[in-house]
Amino acid sequence: MPQVALALGDKLVITAPHLEDLLQALQQRGFTLIGPTLHQGDLVYDELASVADLPRGWTDEQEAGVFRLKPREDQVFFGFAMGQHSWKAFLLPPRTKLWQAERQGHGFEIVPNQAETPKFAFIGVRPCDLHAIAVQDRVLLEGLYVDPFYQARRRSAFIVAVNCTRAGGTCFCASMGTGPQATSGFDLALTEILHGPEHYFLVEVGSNQGAEVLQEVPHKPATAAVQLQAENMVQETAAHMGRRLDTVGIKELLYRHYDHPRWEEVASRCLTCGNCTLVCPTCFCHAIEDVTDLSGQQAERWRRWDVCFNVDHSYIHGGSIRPSAKARYRQWLTHKLATWIDQFGCLGCVGCGRCITWCPVGIDITAEVRAIRESEKKE
Amino acid sequence: METLQPILAAHPFLSGLESKHLENLAECASLVSFNPGQMVYTEGQTATHFYLIRYGRVALEIHTARRGAITLATVGEGDFLGWSWIVSPHRWHIDARAIDLTRAIAFDFSCVLRHCEADHDLGYEFMKRFAVVLAQSLRFLKLQLVDVYGA
Amino acid sequence: MVPNAPVPRPHPANPAVPMLTQPFQIRRVRQETPDTFTLALQPAWGAAPFCFLPGQFNMLYAFGVGEVPISISGDPANTQTLVHTIRAVGTVTRAIQKLKPGQVLGVRGPFGSHWPVAEAAGHDMVIVVGGLGLAPLRPAIYQILAHRAEYGNFELIVGARTPGDLLYYKELEQWRGRFDFRVHVAVDSAGPEWRNNVGVVTTLIPRARFDPWHTTALVCGPGVMMRFTVQELLQRGIKPENIYVSMERNMQCGIGLCGHCQLGPYFICKDGPVFAFDQIEKWFALREI
Repeated sequence: MPQVALALGDKLVITAPHLEDLLQALQQRGFTLIGPTLHQGDLVYDELASVADLPRGWTDEQEAGVFRLKPREDQVFFGFAMGQHSWKAFLLPPRTKLWQAERQGHGFEIVPNQAETPKFAFIGVRPCDLHAIAVQDRVLLEGLYVDPFYQARRRSAFIVAVNCTRAGGTCFCASMGTGPQATSGFDLALTEILHGPEHYFLVEVGSNQGAEVLQEVPHKPATAAVQLQAENMVQETAAHMGRRLDTVGIKELLYRHYDHPRWEEVASRCLTCGNCTLVCPTCFCHAIEDVTDLSGQQAERWRRWDVCFNVDHSYIHGGSIRPSAKARYRQWLTHKLATWIDQFGCLGCVGCGRCITWCPVGIDITAEVRAIRESEKKE
Repeated sequence: METLQPILAAHPFLSGLESKHLENLAECASLVSFNPGQMVYTEGQTATHFYLIRYGRVALEIHTARRGAITLATVGEGDFLGWSWIVSPHRWHIDARAIDLTRAIAFDFSCVLRHCEADHDLGYEFMKRFAVVLAQSLRFLKLQLVDVYGA
Repeated sequence: MVPNAPVPRPHPANPAVPMLTQPFQIRRVRQETPDTFTLALQPAWGAAPFCFLPGQFNMLYAFGVGEVPISISGDPANTQTLVHTIRAVGTVTRAIQKLKPGQVLGVRGPFGSHWPVAEAAGHDMVIVVGGLGLAPLRPAIYQILAHRAEYGNFELIVGARTPGDLLYYKELEQWRGRFDFRVHVAVDSAGPEWRNNVGVVTTLIPRARFDPWHTTALVCGPGVMMRFTVQELLQRGIKPENIYVSMERNMQCGIGLCGHCQLGPYFICKDGPVFAFDQIEKWFALREI
């Protein structure tokens, strides 16, 4: 063990067997480990007991509307891109109880939900998803009002990022400036390297807590050669990314084209199922639901994820503001790539590609934007 | 002899009209007043005059057997009243009834038409203003049909 | 970032927990029209005075049924009584309608932007409302009348479908008797017993007296009514930045987090509901937006 304390920005190497030590160090600090694992033939984020739960030796094949798990020829831990889940399921859960109320005489008393905040360590967060968490931070923590439930979970979370050494089939983070290299927003960032018989992780320290945790894991300094190799692998990934989205002037582009015929065209394919919003790591819309027990003495308020592709999403007495599929698709896409900029000062898309993979009819956000952009060139 | 010209010039419908045109129109004009409840004109009557309202309020009504008088609209201060005079056979197609004490300038339409024929500049100026009144009442009528408070 | 900086606004009594509703007791109920009623509320446990600015709204909660956004209709100078005028059109508003004096409902707020009443000092004021639109503007009327000397001409233009649909009928009659502002009323249809204007509310705009260059107009009513009213006001020469409208959307959280009330780049609940027309002109014209 080295004598000097680790500091922010330090780069170390831990060998593959010591990944388990890292997970144990986090568990000992009271973190519940959440990471990629196989469940009923699908790749999900769920609780990990040890490295044995990681989908080691598996990879994913992704295309528009296609996701398939395949065995790899090697035994790397993080040899896949990502599944349909994103970390928002843990920071902004699909259902949250906000409070409950009890009748008292003519009135009632409100009891806030004071359930203990879970303390999560996220293992294997991709750089695009780090950006997605940062985007949700802006939405839920940095505006006029703060979401206290998100805030509590977010504050106590520990993030182990993993740099991408292979581009997923629908990824376009390189063009969004959100990957494939993690640059901020993590406690520790790993690059997994399998080089002949050598299997190890280059680890970058991103926070003081990250340094403290890593201190407890056997590590050695990273040589310049190892660092260079990791960089090259990430650069290769960027170079092999099959999709790109040109974001230059994208807000103005979309603001110019609210009446573009392309909206009608995409609406003829869109099923308005809302899969894209559920898999999107930045989508934050939620519905508020009030319920009572049968006796009418107790009431609860819940919120659950909502989907802007539902007709009800914009319902006011008398009808929906956006009855047509065209209007709802346009709302989703222009929110992600245009109005979000006015609202939060950043894009609402991080290029993870989930909405492309998990769209049952394979609608591709990059292709839709390109179609609108190219129609201007023809004019 | 006292002239009605200043009174004509003060009405929004005629504001800005050249004084020679006002002079011509004044020859066709007379001042009239209607007591509350008094009919200004009645459906089916021959339309001989149109009115520029100076004060008061007039209801435009259609009389129905079962519901009595239905008010379609009201006109008031500064408004133009009665355009049936302009189309043959020059008969009023609804009732106009004063709600409040109403003072107006009544124009003999055959006199006005004669002046407009003789001086097309006046005729054009008059028709331009008349078109605005028509367009505006059509616009308001359409809104009324939409039932904005129910929609 | 949003093009126009948000106007300063008071925060809810306890901004740390804007998601929690506070129990308020119903003191009085008054039927305004067949489907509309006005509630006077007081904090159930004698809590702090309730401060708001004209145009802001509260989320009202019927126990176990749900919550609805309702604008505040009382006098902003009265911090003891909270007044809401509600139309019973949905599950929640119908549940609230069933409540009687002494019973309790939940109040969360105040939320949203306000009518620029204090900001418009020195101007002529024109208020145009249709139907229920008078409810969110009544606090502005109170505030203008309380500081009457600070304004020029003040014209209130009120439209409704029939005389029976006019809100605050008695108060309108009192206002019409005042010398310090003019009240114009128009209904879409009426029988012969109605001795006032018949016609759409926009017909009254050409008659209002104001200096268009120094006038602030506040408009609230159904969407179509606001669109045509704004056109008439623009035609009279009022500048788009001096015309204010109040927008309506599905609102569930009231604090800009649930995403339902978006109108282009705006969250109506926190950037609105009151907007300067030049701020939302572009979105006003788009359909299904």
